[in-house]
Amino acid sequence: MFQRILAPVDLAHLEKLERALKVTAEEARHHGAPVTFVSVTAAAPGPLAHNPDEFKAKLEAFAREQAESRGIDASALAVISHDPTTDVDDALLGAIDDTGADLVIMASHKPGVAAYFWPSNGGKIASHSDVSVFLVRDT
Amino acid sequence: MANLENPGPGTAESSGFETDYQLGQDNIRPFGLDIHNPVFVISGLVIIAFVLLALANQEASAEFFGWLRPFLTREFDWFLVIAVDIMLIFCLALVVLPVGGVRIGGKDAVPDYSYPAWIAMLFAAGIGIGLLFFGVLEPVYYTYAEGGAAHPLGIDPSTPGNENIGIVGTVHHWGLGGWCVYAVVGLTLAVYTYNKGLPMTLRSAFYPILGERIWGWWGHIIDTLAVFATLFGLTTSLGLGAKQIAAGLNDVFGIEPSNTVVVVLIIGITAVALGSVLMGMDKGVKRLSEINMIMAVALFFFVLILAGIGSTLARFGDVMVQYVMHLPALNNPFGREDTSYFHGWTTFYWAWWIAWSPFVGMFIARISRGRTVREFILFVLIAPTIVCALWMTTFGGAAINMIEGGTGAGDGITAVVVDAYKPELALFRLLDQYPLYSIIAPISLVLIIVFFVTSSDSGSLVIDTITAGGKIDAPVAQRVFWCTLEGLVAIALLLGGGLSALQGAAVSTGIPFTLVVLAMCWCVYLALRSEER
Repeated sequence: MFQRILAPVDLAHLEKLERALKVTAEEARHHGAPVTFVSVTAAAPGPLAHNPDEFKAKLEAFAREQAESRGIDASALAVISHDPTTDVDDALLGAIDDTGADLVIMASHKPGVAAYFWPSNGGKIASHSDVSVFLVRDT
Repeated sequence: MANLENPGPGTAESSGFETDYQLGQDNIRPFGLDIHNPVFVISGLVIIAFVLLALANQEASAEFFGWLRPFLTREFDWFLVIAVDIMLIFCLALVVLPVGGVRIGGKDAVPDYSYPAWIAMLFAAGIGIGLLFFGVLEPVYYTYAEGGAAHPLGIDPSTPGNENIGIVGTVHHWGLGGWCVYAVVGLTLAVYTYNKGLPMTLRSAFYPILGERIWGWWGHIIDTLAVFATLFGLTTSLGLGAKQIAAGLNDVFGIEPSNTVVVVLIIGITAVALGSVLMGMDKGVKRLSEINMIMAVALFFFVLILAGIGSTLARFGDVMVQYVMHLPALNNPFGREDTSYFHGWTTFYWAWWIAWSPFVGMFIARISRGRTVREFILFVLIAPTIVCALWMTTFGGAAINMIEGGTGAGDGITAVVVDAYKPELALFRLLDQYPLYSIIAPISLVLIIVFFVTSSDSGSLVIDTITAGGKIDAPVAQRVFWCTLEGLVAIALLLGGGLSALQGAAVSTGIPFTLVVLAMCWCVYLALRSEER
């Protein structure tokens, strides 16, 4: 039913991703669809990497590890953004177009009060993209 | 799980500036925020305490800073001028030295922003309302005010060949001496961030001097000072600037410049800046900077055409020749007799540029990835100098022509610059001699407001990054906090008094920060040399 799955990940919060990663792998195996792990970062140094090349290398290592341990076909896509805080949604929407994904699976925290002011990334993706979006709560 | 410890190519480890420090390791995360401990907490508390103190002891603080500022710019004149001379020579040397070929972000880095966007942003952040506020004021003041006591270098503009000395004196303050400070800070932070992989915050530049100590209290102090200088530099400009806009509104539309009007202006400016930071670098800050530039260029051509293109360009040629000729004398701190110009303006300007340098420098650093050192110096030092010189020549020259014309057209200008000092009206007294004043004046007011917003939004992003320990993707609530605090502090000080005192405080931070910027020259040289290998 689905040809390619896009899975946005934040490597800084891997502990919150476990359920979403599991769901991603199950769907990928079920549909026989390859997964692209996408992550948005700035060119400036961050907690994960000192520069974009290092970030790409880490994301690729992560995708390889997922492919091996969960038995799926996985690749990595690092998107470099000038201002990830505000541009992450647009960057993800762009990644949907670039990869031709038809299903997005992403972790999403339970909405709190702040969600009324700043909708979650997942919510924004679902309302602005025509592909299917599967939000996986962290608990 | 994946092996996240595996470093990729070109990391800090491979460049000789090794540190085990991990960006964000000192951050705390209350209420879903992501803030540096203790920089965020201390700067927040110090700012609030300082505002309360200034409000509670208005007279004493006004008196103290009213004394401190002239004291510092008078007694430390030699220090400021020599320091800026060193920075300027250093910048020019970078162009010819082999390290000039080093590319920010590594050999293969591609520029993040196109030339027009890059220039628009660095200009919009760094200039504030300076061009509009001082373009008419300064040249006229130096040429005619104080019975001639304000002549730069004591040169009499009525002697043949020296007619443009007032403009030359203005260009000095908006040219190489100012931009070289931004260039040093900007280049240093850019190289340490994009080439050395250290966090984007001021402390990183001192790694070769302080080593691992930059992650401790030395670093906390440097970063907190930078936050302090940035926030107070911005709020005082915002408060005083809003008053000037109110004066302009009064002049153009007859609106009474009451406190209410000024508070509404501050709220409006802050709201637009808030919108800009919420839309982010590309959709907010960049776009607004571009709009800013388009409007400024339009106003420039309007005045240029009415003042006469040919005569203005000829004057510009003369100004540039004289500027270069007088540059050594203008940059000499010893045996100066033109004290009104030198202490009243030059050293104050130098302290002010330096006080603004952590903010503008860091913002310029952020947008300059992918440029070579030579390109950086050319576009952060040389190009802005030429643009500012052209602007000052056009506006100052137009005003001087009116005054010299003897038709009475310049009476309005001399009335607000020489007779009674009302600096905020100088630009409008020039424009009201031209056609379409009822259209051009409101456009100029909007332009002044936009110039404020473009400094305010980039300043909020800079403070946000410093107080997040160098993280540029901190939660959006934090930039909202700093942008809003800026507006609130400006309103509190405006209503309670103490804006001028705080401006004195902001400028005073320029003196200790001079040492910081001087040290940066050495630090960036070390980093560039290691990149060259």
